[in-house]
Amino acid sequence: MNTQLEKAIIIKNEPWTPEYHLLEFAAPGISQQAAPGQFVHMKIPDRRDILLRRPFSIFKANSETLSILYKSVGSGTRHMAQLLTGQTVNLMGPLGKGFPVPDTNKKTLLVAGGYGMAALYLTAARAQAPGLLFAGGASKKDILCAQDFVELGWDVRLATEDGSCGMRGLVTTILDAWQSRHKESFEPELFACGPTGMLKAVAHRAKEWNCTAWISLDHYMACGMGACLACVQKINRDGEERLACTCKEGPVFEAREIIWEES
Amino acid sequence: MNPPDLRVNLAGIAMKNPVTVASGTFGYGPEYADLVDLNRLGAIVVKGVSLNACPGNPLPRIHETPSGMMNAIGLQNPGAPAFIKTYLPFLANYDVPVIVNIWGRTIEDYEGVAELFEDEAGVAGLELNVSCPNIKEGGNSFGTHLDLFAQVVSAVRKKTTRPLLVKLSPNVPDITVFAKAAEQAGADGLSLINTLPAMAIDVETRRPRLANVVGGLSGPAIHPVAVKLVWEAARAVHIPIVGMGGVLDPEDALEFIIAGASAVAVGTATFHEPTTVLRIISGIEEYLLRHNLKSIAELRGTLKTGAR
Repeated sequence: MNTQLEKAIIIKNEPWTPEYHLLEFAAPGISQQAAPGQFVHMKIPDRRDILLRRPFSIFKANSETLSILYKSVGSGTRHMAQLLTGQTVNLMGPLGKGFPVPDTNKKTLLVAGGYGMAALYLTAARAQAPGLLFAGGASKKDILCAQDFVELGWDVRLATEDGSCGMRGLVTTILDAWQSRHKESFEPELFACGPTGMLKAVAHRAKEWNCTAWISLDHYMACGMGACLACVQKINRDGEERLACTCKEGPVFEAREIIWEES
Repeated sequence: MNPPDLRVNLAGIAMKNPVTVASGTFGYGPEYADLVDLNRLGAIVVKGVSLNACPGNPLPRIHETPSGMMNAIGLQNPGAPAFIKTYLPFLANYDVPVIVNIWGRTIEDYEGVAELFEDEAGVAGLELNVSCPNIKEGGNSFGTHLDLFAQVVSAVRKKTTRPLLVKLSPNVPDITVFAKAAEQAGADGLSLINTLPAMAIDVETRRPRLANVVGGLSGPAIHPVAVKLVWEAARAVHIPIVGMGGVLDPEDALEFIIAGASAVAVGTATFHEPTTVLRIISGIEEYLLRHNLKSIAELRGTLKTGAR
């Protein structure tokens, strides 16, 4: 599987929710190879003053196209919202080591916080059997693509901190409730993407429940190729403690190998 | 018309063209090898290595600024022995001179790491990174204290027979003083500039953008500063110069050559576009053709400063 630079053509760039946009590209070189949990590194077109590429989790991908979801927040993403259909964009990808194929002997539980939902979609779409998605956010506007998982036949459970969608509370609260009811009948396998606090909470549960959890980390990165060492994560793999590039060896790590920063 | 001669002899390092990569922006070679044919580079300057492994700084280590970026990676590296074992064999597969950037926290560290490379056939030259604090001298930077600077260059000179480039810090009142001191201490060439000291603050949280609080600014934002310093240094010394700082387009590289540099390095722009270095090489060639110049040497140091 080789990383490539591809001139991707924008097919769609439209509002997805009040805060997020969907950007879809014709990029067969990258999309054919894209695996769940991988990302693309996008150069902001026509803006050479914006030097660094922006990494985006791959949302959907087929043999011809791939899409991402993005929020217009900073200089780069604000410019992205202005891009038009037919424009070309320089994409680098697919990058990183994504999620493994879910173990069919276990119950697949996806755990998403906010934007993390997009990164989990391909895992659901390519899974042999539907599992459950637990998704949370501050409020309804943070629940990005629950319907897409429902359409795949997945059991979707939602929680928001303000109660505007699903249960009031944290995503881990509904995850805990499910686990305590089903722990006798299923061994779970967790796949998580979201804010660091949520990821730590999921990793903590994996330890407590003695199950495997795959955690997709998000650190500021520059090169995306393992060269600049901006995005390193301390891990313990095969008994050796070391720094691993989130862009190259991640973004997905097994929970038990991540050594979390004290905070 | 024959293609122009792009070859450069950089202090004894035979480069097929004047374009290399800046240390720390291109890893150790394998990182970009899928996207860039390493055989096309004039030389490859690897990320800085020290005698022992170094874990680097806490995150966040980078912050983007207009036309630039700040970094405080903290010189993370696996240590010279691991570099020799893991990366030199890989680089030996390519027809490209390898310049190893080295650093230390004491003079003895510098000497030790320089000596390690004496027996390594795959090393074409050394580049001395002097922009780190001397822990024995109370944290004063080797790169900005003239006495320390001259001491470390002389010390390393005695330990290596390889072409020795010294990478200068821009953070000094007069670059020519350091350029001459390096030449006098036995440097075979100079690399400049290293990053500019910089800082940014998140006003919402009132926290620094980098965990290290301060970092080094690179990218097109610093290019004019670099051109000025290369021009000054080139007039002060007789040893060749590798110009670097914000090269994004062929014109940026040509500015350095006209200012007096023998070679140029592409740094942060590789993050923007990994193939930048190749575009710079072909851009230089096109320029020479367009200006009827037979070789890159004909362009070097040809700045016109008389009446317009």
